[in-house]
Amino acid sequence: MSAYQRSNPDQHSRVREILSGNAAIAGIGATEFSKDSGRSELRLASEAVRAALADAGLEPADVDGLVTFTMDSNAEIAVARELGMGDLRFFSRIGYGGGAAAATVQQAAMAVATGVADVVVAYRAFNERSGHRFGQVSSAAAQQVNTSGIDNSFTYPMGIATPAATVAMLARRYQHDYGATSEDFGRIAVIDRANAATNPSAWFHGKPITLDDHQASRWIAEPLRLLDCCQESDGGVALVIVSAERARELAHPPAVVRAAAQGSGPDQYVMTSYYRDELASLPEMHVVGRELWRQAELGPSDVDVAVLYDHFTPYVLLQLEELGFCGRGEAKDFIADGRLELEGSLPLNPHGGQLGEAYIHGMNGIAEGVRQLRGTAANQVTGAETVLVTAGTGVPTSGLVLTSS
Amino acid sequence: MTTDATATEATDPEADRIRQAAERIAAGGPSAPVLGRDPVNQAMVNTWAEAMGDANPVYTDASAAESSVHGELVAPPAMAQVWTMRGLHGTRAEDDPLGAMMLALDEEGFTSVVATNSSQTYHRYLRPGEHVAASNRLESVVGPKQTALGEGWFVTTRTTWTVGEEVVAEMTFRVLKFRPVSSRPTVAREGARIIDAPEYADGVLRPVISRDTAFFWEGTQVGELRIQRWGDTLRHPPGPVDPSGDLDAKPDYIVARGTGTVYSYVVHHHPKVPGKRLPFVVALVELDEGVRVLGELIDAEPDDVYIGLPVRAVFLRIDEELTLPAWEVLR
Repeated sequence: MSAYQRSNPDQHSRVREILSGNAAIAGIGATEFSKDSGRSELRLASEAVRAALADAGLEPADVDGLVTFTMDSNAEIAVARELGMGDLRFFSRIGYGGGAAAATVQQAAMAVATGVADVVVAYRAFNERSGHRFGQVSSAAAQQVNTSGIDNSFTYPMGIATPAATVAMLARRYQHDYGATSEDFGRIAVIDRANAATNPSAWFHGKPITLDDHQASRWIAEPLRLLDCCQESDGGVALVIVSAERARELAHPPAVVRAAAQGSGPDQYVMTSYYRDELASLPEMHVVGRELWRQAELGPSDVDVAVLYDHFTPYVLLQLEELGFCGRGEAKDFIADGRLELEGSLPLNPHGGQLGEAYIHGMNGIAEGVRQLRGTAANQVTGAETVLVTAGTGVPTSGLVLTSS
Repeated sequence: MTTDATATEATDPEADRIRQAAERIAAGGPSAPVLGRDPVNQAMVNTWAEAMGDANPVYTDASAAESSVHGELVAPPAMAQVWTMRGLHGTRAEDDPLGAMMLALDEEGFTSVVATNSSQTYHRYLRPGEHVAASNRLESVVGPKQTALGEGWFVTTRTTWTVGEEVVAEMTFRVLKFRPVSSRPTVAREGARIIDAPEYADGVLRPVISRDTAFFWEGTQVGELRIQRWGDTLRHPPGPVDPSGDLDAKPDYIVARGTGTVYSYVVHHHPKVPGKRLPFVVALVELDEGVRVLGELIDAEPDDVYIGLPVRAVFLRIDEELTLPAWEVLR
């Protein structure tokens, strides 16, 4: 079933020795998730970072490293100024939109594991609903004068100009190649919204949907319906990364970074990798999965909770395939028996995902992974010891395996 | 590199015509001297000195000038060109080589002009009452050159100012005659379907064009779907490096037949996209040549579209600068 082999003991021994298990997420923090925060993005970032530090039992003065997305509007130094941080020894940014989420933790873990920094905070904060909405057409993305703008010139002027439309092109071919249907996509939305319904932090708390609701929702970019698309949200999330050793002395049980990986594939574009032999695939996520399993010396069957990036439902199905949970084209059957529900063998997005909780560019999913390992989640999966978290799909991306020890 | 460029020049009929015109015009020698409209005069000197902020009294104050080395009022040397300007309604002399060269370049499509630089040499001061004449000759025509403004030719002329037989000042003057991107000759490929679609122009997202992709967008303007070729390998979207890694390789392009089948497609309903009317279909088409190209499918009802549907390329002419590739159903 899985395309992955347990790794050769000699392969990847170095990354395992240096990185795997040597860093941990010791603090998580967030603002409320809303549609109109009423304050600046810098204020949101500052609040989230303060909350994460307080959660870890640390002070801003303890921080010596900051990591965020290239898309984040809040410079590391601005956050440091607002919170009265002192010297920073490490700052880094990751590109490719939501593909950056898990990679911010990878950056932080590498810095901590190598001694470049001791306390690194990864953050992401934006007014993505009340300010710049990603769901609208971004002429700035189309007309940036760099290789991304040149790439986008072969899609945006022709009318593929929103994230949903870029995904719809691949989703259509996926349906054609493997017989998946709109209902199969809808099952992911129903699971996310069921979980959000019992998560008080979720925007859609108390608002589950049925498959009929999904099927009745309007087309956005056929074959994607409204309920296949994640929300637009205002909010911020921050994560504190320290050495695993230090984390064990802090306030909460550590979420150990067992594996952290980035991935891009051949002929890679941002959301529009339309020229590969096989369109209905996410080879960049295959790279992430391969690296994660090798680093962690674990495999898909070891995962207790899967937090899979869900900006658009079809990509959850493709991720299950690329990460080795099932074979190519088999996801629709893999999920059909309720396996991804909270009581199933592979609970998906217990917080409600980005369709249900909030769209914080994947960072809220990492925080949920930490809660699951601590045993403090709103929808706690009993005995969760190994959590897989992935970042944005359709773009160069990243992933984490977090473990409780 | 140099060898290649020479080879290219030798086989470029347009460049050959321009060089021949330049040789012919240069061989005609300098134009007959043309006298300025007015002799050197104090009124013009006063105005010029004021406008330029030149407070030197030898130009404007007779008593100060008398006690200077000149012994009398003189005109600023930098006014040399002023004395022979044709005025608002003047026309260029028929034997003027600059005019002739401009015309020759206009005819080849290099219709825009920008002055790039000039340098002047003054042999002596002029005095009020002297009548200056100017004569021009063509010094050089160099090109074609790729510039930020577009492809163009540098035209250098030499002007000689005389009073009687005496040369009083000289100038070399250089202009760039260039072809702006939007005025490339738009002679459509035979059989190509170019549809005027100005209604799409409002807010349409315009492509960012690089050196590597310009040929594609120049192709759409003339109804050609141009696909980059490296040896035997076709590549779309295009890029600057041979897929085999050969840094010495240079690409050319083929003009695709324009027919293919829908490989995947999207029916876009929401939100509004600038330059499109909702809903619309965008198709990723696998061309008969084997590469995929994206474009709007303009004449199909969404429910009639399917993967495998045969289509052919059409071209939506948005305005002078932009023509988008698109598809229509092959019936």
